[in-house]
Amino acid sequence: MNNVQNKKRANKSLPFFFKDEFKVFFIIIFFSTILLISTFTFDKVPPILNRGIQPATFPKGLLILIMFLTTIIYYLSFKNPWKKEKKLPKPFFLTILSFILFVVISKTLDFFLAISVLSIFVSYNWGEKRVFYLLLVGIIFPLVVFIFFEMILGLRFPPGIITNLYYY
Amino acid sequence: MMAPLFSSKLLIVLLFGTLFGLILGVLPGLGPTTGGALILPFTMTLDPLSAIVLLTSIYCAGTYGGAITAVLINTPGTPAAAATCLDGYPLAQKGEAGRALGMATVSSTVGGIFSVIVLVFFAPVLAKLAYEFGQPEYFALAIFGLTMLASIGEGSPIKNLIAGAFGILISTIGKDFMTSIDRFTYGINELSVGIGFIPVVVGLFAISEMLTQSTLLDQVFKRVALKAVKLPSLDDYKKTWKTILRSSGIGSFIGVLPAEGGTVASLIGYSEAKRFSKEPEEFGKGSIEGIAGAEAANNAATGGAMVPTLALGIPGSATTAVILTGLIIHGVRPGPDLFREQPDFLYGIFGAMLIANVLFFIFGFFGAKVFARITLVPNKILWPMIFAVSVCGTYSLSQSIIDVWIMLFFGVLGFFMRRFGFSVVPVIIGLILGELVEGTLRQSLVIFDGNWLMFLTRPIALTFFILSLIALAFPLLRSKKQKN
Repeated sequence: MNNVQNKKRANKSLPFFFKDEFKVFFIIIFFSTILLISTFTFDKVPPILNRGIQPATFPKGLLILIMFLTTIIYYLSFKNPWKKEKKLPKPFFLTILSFILFVVISKTLDFFLAISVLSIFVSYNWGEKRVFYLLLVGIIFPLVVFIFFEMILGLRFPPGIITNLYYY
Repeated sequence: MMAPLFSSKLLIVLLFGTLFGLILGVLPGLGPTTGGALILPFTMTLDPLSAIVLLTSIYCAGTYGGAITAVLINTPGTPAAAATCLDGYPLAQKGEAGRALGMATVSSTVGGIFSVIVLVFFAPVLAKLAYEFGQPEYFALAIFGLTMLASIGEGSPIKNLIAGAFGILISTIGKDFMTSIDRFTYGINELSVGIGFIPVVVGLFAISEMLTQSTLLDQVFKRVALKAVKLPSLDDYKKTWKTILRSSGIGSFIGVLPAEGGTVASLIGYSEAKRFSKEPEEFGKGSIEGIAGAEAANNAATGGAMVPTLALGIPGSATTAVILTGLIIHGVRPGPDLFREQPDFLYGIFGAMLIANVLFFIFGFFGAKVFARITLVPNKILWPMIFAVSVCGTYSLSQSIIDVWIMLFFGVLGFFMRRFGFSVVPVIIGLILGELVEGTLRQSLVIFDGNWLMFLTRPIALTFFILSLIALAFPLLRSKKQKN
């Protein structure tokens, strides 16, 4: 209990733009506003064909509702500040980096290679240094999954430098 | 009722589903929702009944499996087992892990079977009632579902409402189903068919959990030794039978409401067990009633959550949202017509849930020790493997790499949502209800000639709106009461 209160106090002493409450409020309002603006670019149904409401009306309503509710939670956070979250550790950022690597490799080189690289990268950065286990998670297991999906579901994976070797 | 289940193929599916569900339940961070979403592509190789039997058996066994980890390592395998930790682990620390797991197994089985009976009797009644529903009533019902989700779901009701609205907003991406006008596609062709359910579920549950695990690498679990699961003694039965029955009723009722199913049910089941107990001071110190109250309730929520899913096509929990997707993928449209046209299919599901409850009792009783060992697989090995399955599973449904990227995006989003107290469950429910909400609203407005007030002239719709208002007011009243 005391810990939570201390954390709350710690969060209270920060300038408002550093507080989680403001960051969350700002991000939601920012993206909702962009989306709301984009709803004005949706095509409109001609009045003669229009039955009920325009296609943009419903998403507009939802976005306004989200912005309204976000304002309420931000207002309520003045009375009850959120507890300050722990700093994110290095493995978290490395895992995010592995996702980016995955997207880049799967787009440019190969889908299977992307899975292998991510698996080895994550496993290694999470503390696995034994080569056998790295090979297990990075090559043997993805290969089993790949063949399983291919054989059971008849799935055709996207072409790439390694996948092509399997198919041709 | 059970006739279709006596085929060897269905029994194998049931056995596999129960075992797989137990493994998913035991592993912290995974669970029946993620597991169901991951296995959904494989169900394409099965007939509709086998596919749904597989998903429901995973649901039942996965909900129970969470108790094993809750008792032995003080970490709920599934969120629904959180309340089981409170007394399960202290009892295990006293050297009575077998007794704690025995009670968890028995009460889960009783709760599960009780809820299947509720499902068998209540779902057809609700389905008949649904014949009275038109578009305005379905709209009001969907709104009621979302407000209930916000009101009794985990965490802040306003944050839950935002998450639910966000889920509905995702469902509007793509071509508008009434006019074929593109919305939020920004010229990307792949988005014109909308965002699939599976990439969002796998992202929000599996990938966001992977990110969460990356922040917990220094966490060390202390596992309590388990010799064997023991059936509860006569004294334990005498002490807990009322609690088990009460929690079974509570769980079934909470399950029927479109909320977070087992998680909320187990918390209420636990607190009611404490309220009615002759030894409330024992709760938190290893009370056998506490275990019974939480476990009977969370497993009873499984059958309850299937009631609106099958009768109305409105999921009662995140896992039933996956089951609903499974039904739709296999061309089965839930609702009153299903009860009239395919009773064999439904009774197959009811029977399968009943058998799944018996099977997890047997597996849990004899195999808990083995299942507990699964928790020893280190995260640095387990999660890269789960990632590989998630990626291939997500890709397989529409064979689109964009779906995999969408999954990663929702994984990161889900992580931050959970970090800042937004539950991801309302997003899933909102996404699956989105088309129903918008479609019924727009069709109702066509019927009413654009007059919104006409909703109030429909008694059933009006009742649901009033219930929605009550659901929204409930958290306010609760917090006022707590302050007082």
